[in-house]
Amino acid sequence: MARFEQSWLWRIPVALAGALLLVLAFTAFAQEEAGVPGAPAGGEGGIAQPVPLTPPSAEEAAPEVVFPQPQHIRAADLPNDNGTGVALLFDKAAGENDKTFYTVSIADSPNGPFRPAVDFGAAGNFKENFSKYYPGFYWFGRFRHPNTIHVAPITDVTTGIDKNGKPIQEPLETGKTYYIKLTIEQDGQTMEWPETFKAVPKQNWFNTALSNNFLIAVIFGAIVLLFIARARRDPNLFIRKIAGLEAVDEAIGRATEMGKPILYLNGMSDLGSLSTIAALNILGRVSRRVANYESQLTVPCRDPVVLTVAQEIVKQGYADAGRPDAYNEDNIFFLTSDQFSYAAAVSGIMMRDKPSANFFMGYYYAESLILAETGASTGAIQIAATDSTTQLPFFITTCDYTLIGEELYASSAYLSREPLLLGSLKGQDLGKAFMMIVLLVCAILLTFGVVFVKELFRALG
Amino acid sequence: MQFFKRTFPIVLAFSAGIVMFLVQYMPAKAPQNLKNGYIDWTIIIAGFAGIFGIISLTHYHMTKVRRRVPGYGFSITTLVGFTVMIIIGLFFGIAQRDVRTAGDWMFENLMIPMQATMFATLAFFIASAAFRAFRARTAEASALLIAGLIVILGRVPIGHYIPKLSELAAWIMANPNMAAYRGVVLGVALAGIAMSVRIIFGIERTYMGGGE
Repeated sequence: MARFEQSWLWRIPVALAGALLLVLAFTAFAQEEAGVPGAPAGGEGGIAQPVPLTPPSAEEAAPEVVFPQPQHIRAADLPNDNGTGVALLFDKAAGENDKTFYTVSIADSPNGPFRPAVDFGAAGNFKENFSKYYPGFYWFGRFRHPNTIHVAPITDVTTGIDKNGKPIQEPLETGKTYYIKLTIEQDGQTMEWPETFKAVPKQNWFNTALSNNFLIAVIFGAIVLLFIARARRDPNLFIRKIAGLEAVDEAIGRATEMGKPILYLNGMSDLGSLSTIAALNILGRVSRRVANYESQLTVPCRDPVVLTVAQEIVKQGYADAGRPDAYNEDNIFFLTSDQFSYAAAVSGIMMRDKPSANFFMGYYYAESLILAETGASTGAIQIAATDSTTQLPFFITTCDYTLIGEELYASSAYLSREPLLLGSLKGQDLGKAFMMIVLLVCAILLTFGVVFVKELFRALG
Repeated sequence: MQFFKRTFPIVLAFSAGIVMFLVQYMPAKAPQNLKNGYIDWTIIIAGFAGIFGIISLTHYHMTKVRRRVPGYGFSITTLVGFTVMIIIGLFFGIAQRDVRTAGDWMFENLMIPMQATMFATLAFFIASAAFRAFRARTAEASALLIAGLIVILGRVPIGHYIPKLSELAAWIMANPNMAAYRGVVLGVALAGIAMSVRIIFGIERTYMGGGE
């Protein structure tokens, strides 16, 4: 969108890309409590010493059955949760095969009763399968040690039986000590591990599985703020022309000349959607110009909250233009919350009132083409702006100007021409440059077989 | 007054924005309860705002009827339908087990067919929009026409009789189409962050109705 005159600015995304990779690596390694097989284990239970596995009785285990011997068994709090989970971890045992099964039982007293919580075969429940809890191992450790650590996450405990005979499952209590037992089944015979492990569920205050997301958001936020601060010092910023926004004045002027109203839609989402807020921001700018031209603005709303905000924005727009008397609250009204009823009602307004300009801003669904085609059939000049990728082709086909994706968010800043808002667009551009460099670097690394970089940007939480 | 019109909303937007950003990354119970509290408040506010919607709808159509604005008959229909649905919903709309109410009947026999009718008109609009889009006047429009024809034919049964057409259609969707789609999505995500920063730090205030 913008052009950077200062060549040193390009160094920033390169430095940030490096910093991002370093911090991610550090964060993920720091939160790992026992990522490498054979390393000292943390957690509440400590390390289980290897014990000679003598079957408890002749009935339970026939002499010819050799039970696998899991190493480094430990129980620990389940990371990245709200304090309602614990986990039993152990290294893959020698001698595991497709007839090996593990059952992990839990109790709130060392004497039991122990109730089965998790069971799995030797081929499953590896640490990398639980990337949400162990992101560091997923990102880095699994490439060196794939399928080597078994994990049994326990988030529920059976507290009784309901009247239908079904077990009542409840989440573990935060801060309470739980006792965990491991039972090994081999060739149809079972053996209980002699040691009991204990763990306490703890609340976690930062979800490390989202650390990549957090870092990217913070870095981009900081870049935007940096450029806003820069714009405060140097307000002369170059922003390329956006044809659709240049046409706003033309559309309003045409409506004034023809003596016909301007129809403005805020999209189909509620105020919780960022695209609706963007649409309302543009409405503020458009209403000011409409007031200046002494034209009429019609805003049918689909959401009552959007209605109240839109009324306030248009009222303020007219006041800012020095024409508070021209504001008519009846022109901003609620139609219906139902999707196709709204499309029918707006189409009716288009056919009856024949507005000379239609603005479709915000997020749209299947009704987009009904609205835009009806508007086109009335001969109105149409400007659309949406981040709904599935509806973009319909708007491009039927509207005179279409603002694609990010241009919707940039519109308010563009129309206002305020340096601080334009500064944020510069920051946004630098963010895109950063993203392009990361994509290029990752593509090169992937080509040379360094696959872990791809996972650094995967959302795990 | 200035405090409640300008300063207080900015402080509220800043604190709510920062808190809601941080709780996304905090799985502990207290922040999650706070987040759920915010969501509950949103639902409560939306519920109350519904009253404004009803007032606005009634006022808008009553005014049109009173002024005999051309097409006011539609407003009478809207008001009658609105009133009838409210009465039936209030007195005959509460669902009993295995008993269909008058409200259910109205919904299934009026609302659903009318919604389906509107949705069905989309087929005709798609045809007219496609006709406009596929007029090969420029090189870009010709490329669009060719790509569109390949994808359309590649996804219908007859296309399977043309060698490699289905694979070509799948390739267009998975590569050039996906590349453009991801470009738009990445731009939207970055623009979303930039706009959030502008709102949280009170640089963008138009949505408050306060201007500069």
